[in-house]
Amino acid sequence: MNHDKTGRKTLALAVLLTLPTLGGAQEMVTADEYRAALQDKFANPGTMVIDQGEMQFKTKRGPKNATLEKCDFGKGPGVLKGAYAELPRYFKDTNRVEDLESRLVTCMVRLQGLTEAEVKKKVFADQRANESNTAIEAMAMYVAAQSDGMPINPPLKHAKEKEALKVGEALFFTRHGPMDFSCATCHGNDDKRIRLQELGNYATSKKDAQKTMLTWPTYRVSHGVVRTLQSRMWDCHWQMRLPDLDYGSPASVALISFLSQQAKGAVLDLPGMKR
Amino acid sequence: MNRKQTTLLAAAVAFAAGCATAGPKDDIQALANKAIAESFKPGENQDLDRLKQDETLRACNQYRDNPPEKVAAAINARATGNIKYPADGKLMGDWKTGEKYYKMGFAYRIGTVEPDDPKKDRGGNCYACHAADPKELAFGTLGPALTGYGKLRGASDEMVKYTYEKIYNSQAFTACSQMPRLGHNGILTPEKIAHITAFLLSPESPVNK
Ligand code: HEC
Ligand code: HEC
Repeated sequence: MNHDKTGRKTLALAVLLTLPTLGGAQEMVTADEYRAALQDKFANPGTMVIDQGEMQFKTKRGPKNATLEKCDFGKGPGVLKGAYAELPRYFKDTNRVEDLESRLVTCMVRLQGLTEAEVKKKVFADQRANESNTAIEAMAMYVAAQSDGMPINPPLKHAKEKEALKVGEALFFTRHGPMDFSCATCHGNDDKRIRLQELGNYATSKKDAQKTMLTWPTYRVSHGVVRTLQSRMWDCHWQMRLPDLDYGSPASVALISFLSQQAKGAVLDLPGMKR
Repeated sequence: MNRKQTTLLAAAVAFAAGCATAGPKDDIQALANKAIAESFKPGENQDLDRLKQDETLRACNQYRDNPPEKVAAAINARATGNIKYPADGKLMGDWKTGEKYYKMGFAYRIGTVEPDDPKKDRGGNCYACHAADPKELAFGTLGPALTGYGKLRGASDEMVKYTYEKIYNSQAFTACSQMPRLGHNGILTPEKIAHITAFLLSPESPVNK
């Protein structure tokens, strides 16, 4: 766990050093603010999950007794740097658009020889049982963290990438389930709240989508674990009183494609930390 | 999926929605519906019937909640025609019971991760979207504030009927309203809706103090 701590500190420092330009030329970050921000980053328990994810990523598993180090997230086998910032994207080998987590499933099936059912048997840690992150949650955090400080920039060239965006947008407005909810019911207008929880407008506000997406995966304080976008998609469908949204399913990937395209340009700040 | 299949699917959806011509939006909605069909798996505690869109939701989805006048009128009429009333015919119940159900959550969640107890009592979760009792500060803003609702509008038979029917099926008045059709969809019984109506309209209710 110690070996890459300095590496990460450098990364965090690099991010912090760019802060003044984000706030405008005349706005200087004071020493106190600087220290507070630095502490925040290291006070985020999500950073530990990056290390756990790295270990899991490099662990041999399955009938093929292989690690995931040759997994191709779109920038070539084994290239992790910047890969998450450009997901979801079209993959030729599966002939479909995949997000980070559906791609992890693909690699576990293809490289390690596991079945999809085995991989998806338990994807989310149960916070009510005080569980720590599952292997796939930790690995998603690890891979995503290699894009920290980079702008969200998923490609929109391939016909299937364009289709995923359109379908994701349509899904965002599709009402179903016993509450007649669509995503837009809750996330379709500016400055709305459900009880006291603020809801972003991801339908039309690029600003809201950016603010939200740059901190996923995120350490959820109320859960005590890192949560991923697949988990958030499942959670909102659960709130819509629908059946469990299948992990890495076409609808989940299309919705994440839509949200990521809406959030284009936002600089990833990982791991995030949320309520 | 090839073009021909896409067009066929779109045509089927358009036909189901009672529309003669299929535009590009219908194509995409058909693809979205196909993605939904592939994204939820049968199994323990998964009620796939919940994914079925009835005629009203199909029309709302086709027009992104902005239906043309004729379609909107048909939605209003269908909703009005399907409203059920309490057996005793009384649309004003007991405001104190109504307060309880105004506050209580929907429950009704399913799946294998964190389902609700199916026997759990269901409320309207109205504070999620509407302010009401001025002492309750944890209210959402998806719907208009209902603070002082009865004081402002009175409790005439007409207002009682409107309020009951609005809660039973908000689309009787506003086609594709973002408010769930709480009675129509079986979340609240007619009796609970009558109690909630009293909570909003009764002069004794804290909503109107
Ligand atoms: C009934 C209301 C409701 C519906 C419908 C709903 N959401 Fe949410 N959503 C919420 C709430 C509440 C939160 C959590 C806010 C918080 O934790 O502060 C949330 C959070 C989110 C977040 C993370 C926000 C953050 O803070 O980073 C995303 C992304 C999101 N929703 C997307 C969706 C999508 C996509 C859909 C449709 C599939 C959807 N939501 C449907 C209520 C809803
Ligand atoms: C998910 C959000 C949501 C929930 C839950 C909800 N509503 Fe609404 N409600 C709305 C919206 C949005 C409107 C405005 C659009 C319309 O009139 O249909 C509305 C409108 C109303 C109106 C009409 C107000 C007027 O000026 O005539 C009443 C009355 C009302 N709601 C009562 C309730 C009650 C009582 C409950 C719970 C039993 C409830 N609502 C639950 C969103 C909601």
